Parts: sequence; C-alpha cells; structure tokens
Amino acid sequence: MTLVLENVELSFDGFCVLNKINLTVETGEFVCLLGPSGCGKTSTLRVCAGLETPKTGRVIVDGHVMTDGHFVLPPEKRKIGFLFQDFALFPHLNVFDNVAFGLKGMAKAKIKERVEEVLKQVQMEKYAPALPHMLSGGQQQRVALARALAPKPDIILLDEPFSGLDSGLRAEIRDETLHVLKTSNVAAVMVTHDPEEAMFMADRIVLMKAGNIVQDGTPVDLYSKPVDHFAASFFGEVNILKGVIKDNKAQTVLGAVDTVGFSDGEKVDVLVRPQNIKLRRLSNDQKERANSHIEAARYLGRESLLHIRLEDPSGETTHIHARIDGQMLPREEEIFTAEMDVESALVFRAS
Amino acid sequence: MFAYPAKLKKLKTINGWTLFTLISALIIASPVLVVLSHVFMPSGDVWAHLADTVLSRYIYNSIVLLLGVGLGTLVVGTGCAWLVTMCDFPGRKIFEWALLLPLAVPAYVIAYTYTGLLDYAGPVQETLRLVFGWTSARDYWFPEIRSLWGATTMFTLVLYPYVYMLSRAAFLEQSICVLEVSRTLGRTPFQAFKDVAFPLARPAIAAGSALALMETLNDFGTVHFFAVDTFTTGIYRTWFGLGEPTAAAQLGACLLIFIVSLIALERYSRGQAAYHHTTVRYRALRKLQLSKPKQIISFVSCFLPVLLGFILPAGILLNWALATTEWWLNWQFWGFAFNSFILSFVAALLAVILAVLMAYGTRLHPSFWTKLGVRAASIGYAVPGSVLAVGIMLPFAWTDNFIDSWAREYLGISTGLILSGTIVAVVFAYVVRFLSVSFNAIEAGLGKVTKNMDCAARTLGHGPAETLRKVHLPLIRASMFSASILVFVDVMKELPATMIMRPFNFTTLAVRTFELASDEQLAEASSAALAIVIVGIIPVIMISRTIAKSRPGHES
Ligand SMILES: Nc1ncnc2c1ncn2[C@@H]1O[C@H](COP(=O)(O)OP(=O)(O)OP(=O)(O)O)[C@@H](O)[C@H]1O
Ligand SMILES: [Mg+2]
Repeated sequence: MTLVLENVELSFDGFCVLNKINLTVETGEFVCLLGPSGCGKTSTLRVCAGLETPKTGRVIVDGHVMTDGHFVLPPEKRKIGFLFQDFALFPHLNVFDNVAFGLKGMAKAKIKERVEEVLKQVQMEKYAPALPHMLSGGQQQRVALARALAPKPDIILLDEPFSGLDSGLRAEIRDETLHVLKTSNVAAVMVTHDPEEAMFMADRIVLMKAGNIVQDGTPVDLYSKPVDHFAASFFGEVNILKGVIKDNKAQTVLGAVDTVGFSDGEKVDVLVRPQNIKLRRLSNDQKERANSHIEAARYLGRESLLHIRLEDPSGETTHIHARIDGQMLPREEEIFTAEMDVESALVFRAS
Repeated sequence: MFAYPAKLKKLKTINGWTLFTLISALIIASPVLVVLSHVFMPSGDVWAHLADTVLSRYIYNSIVLLLGVGLGTLVVGTGCAWLVTMCDFPGRKIFEWALLLPLAVPAYVIAYTYTGLLDYAGPVQETLRLVFGWTSARDYWFPEIRSLWGATTMFTLVLYPYVYMLSRAAFLEQSICVLEVSRTLGRTPFQAFKDVAFPLARPAIAAGSALALMETLNDFGTVHFFAVDTFTTGIYRTWFGLGEPTAAAQLGACLLIFIVSLIALERYSRGQAAYHHTTVRYRALRKLQLSKPKQIISFVSCFLPVLLGFILPAGILLNWALATTEWWLNWQFWGFAFNSFILSFVAALLAVILAVLMAYGTRLHPSFWTKLGVRAASIGYAVPGSVLAVGIMLPFAWTDNFIDSWAREYLGISTGLILSGTIVAVVFAYVVRFLSVSFNAIEAGLGKVTKNMDCAARTLGHGPAETLRKVHLPLIRASMFSASILVFVDVMKELPATMIMRPFNFTTLAVRTFELASDEQLAEASSAALAIVIVGIIPVIMISRTIAKSRPGHES
C-alpha cells in the first residue's frame, strides 16, 4: 500500500504552507517528517488524511487518486488512521467505545473481538470500561493508537504522538509504539521535531523547512550526507570553518579537505561536528605549531566539551566546540593543536 | 486489500452545510431586510403627518427614556457590582445572586404591579388619605407613576442586572494586584474604583448598558400602559390605528438604524478600550473591611434594588394571586399557560436546532460568507418585537394574498391566511428574535470541543452529519439544554411580537397579563404575571451558577 504525494501545494489565506511537496511511502515503511516548528509537517499529514484539501497536486493511495485539485475524497472514505498530538479521545465514550468508534457496519461480536484484540496489543485490555479522563497520558496515548489501528488502516499518520509525555515514559511508549506498528505492517508517517526521535523510529527521514522538503533519505544519509547547512545543523551542532578552494581542496585553518565541483578561489564553509575535532598535545619545542587555545573545558559525564579558539596565520580567530570522550580537563601550561577528521567534514558553498 | 471507492467529490462546488447556513441566515435576517428596505418606499403624506404631529414626541420620549435608563442601570448595576465584589458586609454572599433576581420580572409586569400599588386607588395612597384625612386627589400631591419618569424607574429596576452581571464579571477578572498597586500609589478605595477599576471594566459595562437599552427599546407593555409614546407604541399605532404598514415599517427602520448605531458605538468603545490585563496573577480578592456605618450603607444599597425590583413586586403579585384564586383555578387560565408553554417549547426547540446546525456549518467551513451570515442572523436580538412583527407580517400578508388570489382564480377556493395570523408567524418571530441567544450558548459549547475531535471522527470513517450526532451532540448537551431554557423563558416573557402576530383568540400568559392590565384589572392579571416571573427565575439561577463557577483565583 503506497502513499504518494505529487506536487502538493497548500496555502492558508494566500500564505503558502506547503510548496510542491513530493513524497512516497511504501507498504510497511516508517517515515518520519522532521523539521522546525511551523514548517508544515502537520499540514502534510492533514493533506494525506484529507483533513486539508490541497490547491493543486495529487494524493494517491495504492494507485487510487484521493485528490487532484479538482476532485476530493473526504477523509471518512480514505481508511487512513490518524493519531493526534492531543490524542483526541472522545471524552463521553469509554475506552472500549472509543476504540470501537471506527468499526462501522460490523457485527457486535466481531467488534468486541477486534477491540479486545487491539487493546491487548497495546496492553490496555483491563481498561476497557474506563473513561478517558481517568487515564494517564501514556495510557491515553495507547488507547488513541489502538483506536487508530482498530479499523486496520493501510496507512497510519502520527502527529508528534509522544510530545505530551514526560521523557521517561516517552522512551518506553516510543519503543512499544514502534513494535505495535511494525507487527501491524502498516505504512506509517510520523511527525516530530526531535531528530533523535526520528533517528530512533524511522526507516526514512524527510526533513522539511518552510513548506519545502530539504532532504529525503535514510537516517544515516541525513546524518552523514546532509545536503546543506540547515540539514547538517539539524542533527546536532556543527562547527563552521571558513575556507577557500585551492587545487580542488578546501583550505581551512584545520587543514585541507578534498572537494569536487568547486573552482579555484571559491569561498566555502567547511562543517565539522564537535566529536570530529581531535586535540593533540604538543611538547614544548613544538609550541609555534599550536593553532588553538582552550578557553574553557566542561565535563558532561560521558564526554567533555571544550571551547576552543582557533587562530590562523593571518591572525583571524574562530570559535569552535569539540567533544572528547572521557574526562579531559587540560591544565594551564599544556599546549594543544586541533585537528579535524577530514573524512567526515562537509563542504558547502559559503552562505 | 481494501478497495477504495472511486466516489470522488467535486471540489469548489458550494457544499450543503454552507448552503444551509447561508439560506437559514438569509431567512432569519429577512424581516430586518424587509423593514430596512421600506426606508426608500414612498408613503405619501402619512410620514409628513407623523413628522408634524407625533414624531418629535416619540423621539423625545425614547431619548429621555434611554438616557434615564442608561444612567440608572449604570449607577445601580456597577455600584452594586463593586460593593459585592470588593467590599465585605453582612449578606454580601446572598446579594451576589439575589441582585440578579429582578431579571426574572418583565418590565410590563413590574409596571402593572407598581401601578396597582401606587396609583390613586392603590393601598399606598389609600393609607395616606386615611392617615391624613384627605378626601380627594386635589388635597395632596403624589408622584404619578404613569409617566416618563415612572417608566424610567421601572426599566431601571428590572434591567440593572444586565450591567450588574457584566461589570461584576469584569471586576472579578481584574487582578487585585492592579487595584492594590493603585492603593499603594495613594488612591483611596473610591478613587481606585473611579480611576482604575471602572475604566478597566468599561467595555463590559458598555455591553451591559447596551443590553439594557435594547430591552428598553423593545418594550411595549410598559410604555403602552403608562401612555408614554415611544417608537414602539408609535409603530403599533401607525399600523393598527392609522392602518399604514409602510409608515410603520419606516418608523421601525428609524428605530433599527438608531439601535444599530448604538451597537456600533458600543463596539467602537470596546475597541477603543481593549485593555489587556498586564498581570496574569490572580489572587483571591481580599475584601475591603468597612466600618459599621459603611456596612449599613452598603447593605441598604444592595438591598433596595432587590427589594424594589423583585421582593416587593413578586410579593404583591403573590398576594393578589392568592386573593383572586378564581382567576387561575380554572381551565381557561391553564389553557393560556399551555399556549405559552407550547409556543415557548416549539420556539426553543427550533432555535436550538437551527443554532446547532448553523454553528456546526460555520465550524465545518468557516468562510467570510458563513461568518457574515451568522452575524446577520444574530441581529434579531437587537430588533424590537414590534419592528420584527412589521418585517414579518408585511411579506407574510403579501404571500398569503398572492396564494389566496391564485387559488381563487385557478382552483376556485379561498385558502385564507396560511402564514400571517397563524402560529407559524409567531414562532418564526421568536426564532428570529432569540436565535442569537441560543446560538451564543451553542457556539460556546462547540468551542470547547477541540477541532481534533472532528478530525478523529472523520478519519475513523464518520461523515460530517454522523460526527455531529455521535460526537458533538453528546458533548454539547449541557449547552443545548441551557440554550433552550434561555429561549424558552425569553419567549414566555415576550409581549410585543406576540401581541401583534398571534392568531385571533390565541392568548398566552403574557398577552393575558397585558389584556387584563389594560382593562385596569391589575389584581386579576397577577396570576398570569406571577407565572411568568416564576418561570423567569430559572435562567437567573442558571446564570448565577455559571458566574459562581467561573471566577479565577476567587474563593469558591
Ligand atoms: N488552519 C490554518 N489557518 C491558517 N494558517 C495555518 C493553519 N494551519 C496551519 N497554518 C500555518 O501553516 C504553517 C504550517 O503549520 P503546521 O501546523 O503544518 O506546522 P508544523 O510543522 O506542524 O509545526 P509544529 O511543529 O509547530 O506543529 C504555520 O505557519 C501555521 O501558522
Ligand atoms: Mg504540528
């Protein structure tokens, strides 16, 4: 069961919220929509579910056109499950009736069977007679998931389903949800603005920014081969070093990085993550080769964060961060030189 | 695998819900449009005649009445609200809700009651004559209750609760911090009220006054009974006395334009004074401790409005009703009561159903047009019953005549009056007038249902109508109930539209009260009036409970 968005455009009162979105989700695949607040993640989900009708572009599910800018299939006919950020459990119905809500036109016994089955799947079978307000946040989340899964949708959409939970519970529920979804073999699209959560859950991550898709790929791709500054910095802090191309290499204060597709003399930014900065202790006679000065060092538990001032031969300074394993708090008189892991450095045209 | 239905709906065609909302709104707004359209219609010299003779009196009386009632309700309403929210004195807790009680008494009822009490043959003057040995009216001076000032007093007594209610809510919302700061900056409690609390509460006070003034302009029973000629009585007389519906509609249009400017003024003043609370910290209001004499003054100031606006008139009515049991221990009286009940019930039912559908329609497809439509449909509340009657009767009579002559020509039968002079017309008038009452309640109720509830139901396979039935209706049951109670009671009290539009020989409690009172049978009118007052207490209880529940940071 594939879900395809083709050139989907959505605007509210003339303000463009989605700008020609193209997206494909395959059967059983788990895709995360990731991006900063207001970039259009929720809107994308709502378009898929039919809760919002795009101005132009097509939404296709399993080869059937859901909307194409002229015609539209209303949400109730789409068989797409939706898990809302606030869970949206019906307060006047108990857990059983909430889960049974989407099971229409089935025999009573069949409904009971199915509700019990999904409740068991989310380990909430004991709570069938409870009303939503009697449940904790985590329990409500599970009921909402059960309710969305009960009609056996082919696609399930999840809008920041864990953001309402406190951090301890979040890890646990996240894990459970992933297992439930994987055993149900539905295609899932989940929205989050937490990159770590996306890496944890997703087969594929779609990174969005201001109504556009910036990058679409596996978690490894996004982390190690980001397409631009924004994508790189979204998955954790990066240091930016100014550089100039010479002989197909980007020359920086921390050395040269191999590049392709740049011309000589072009200005570039070289991005290095803090954990890819290494420090080498120098002996006293190598003093003049030192390029860095450690301004502060903080022990963070598993690793240490160093604030480093780099100085290039012309006297220009750059402030960078380095993360070093273990406790490494340098002493005053020690002299270091910083080096970067050239392999992992990323080179982009200067912005 | 599931096969998807190929039933795609065409986009951009106007959908059923929007269409329904717009058509309903148009129908509801049509009487107002009819009245306004008469502004440009020639009415011959009737208008000139009116302008020469009575118009200036209508305008003078209406304006004096409005000014008097505006000032009276402002002083009594805000004064009492300030006392019960900010000061501590014996009985304050009781006054908090008791001050709302006069809301249960329609203006015409209190007018009849006080007339019975204070006019020449009433017990007050009789006692005075007995005590001082006067024998006739020439021997002494006594204020004439059937006068402009009398009417002003009557309106003030029963309408101040509107101002009281809204200004009290506003005072409660004001953080005590703001007021305490002003005290520490050297203001006395009274100066703090005058310089800080009152300006902050001004939008609410203006809204309350606007409601009171609209009720004043709507009134027919009181001014008719007191022979104070205002626009409302003028419309009635022009139509039925002079037989000039067009001129009546034009008078109505004048009144409407005046009211609309009043509302616009209120909106404008609200916009001008849209203060935002700079502190979100609400602390329990610490009441001002008063000295003994001040406590007594506060007590009396709050007690008087309740006494004069409710206890005294209700007591007199009860007294009269007990003395005239033959007037209500009979089938005829209960027949009138039944008529009132049926009308109120049907109108409440229709108003709530329509409000639910329209509010849900706008919720589904909020657009400029649906919002405009809903606005237009809510204007009925500002339109006096008599104006509404003109706006409904004119097109209804025209339609009836058209159908009748058509039927006569082609079918050889006379259909008579189908719309005008039937229950249909009266109920329609009620729905037009009170739709906004139910709409506001329903809209507030729907607003509490989050949008994701709709979305959840939709993605779980339920269409809009089914979602309404299975999700919204159960969730807004309480709002629907209170909406229907409010409309029910309003219809029960309604006089002018009922008077003008009721079918021949169809009498309700309100009409009965009016008829008997017009025949100077005040004591005999008491049972019907008392019944209306008793029913009117229900919403007062409801309102006072809502207010008690919604007070931030206030002791419960
Ligand atoms: N109904 C609406 N009317 C007008 N503007 C809207 C509406 N819904 C969303 N928007 C706008 O569309 C943009 C994208 O909204 P959306 O909810 O899709 O963002 P999001 O990526 O989900 O953000 P968040 O992470 O904060 O939930 C925002 O700028 C928002 O203000
Ligand atoms: Mg969102």
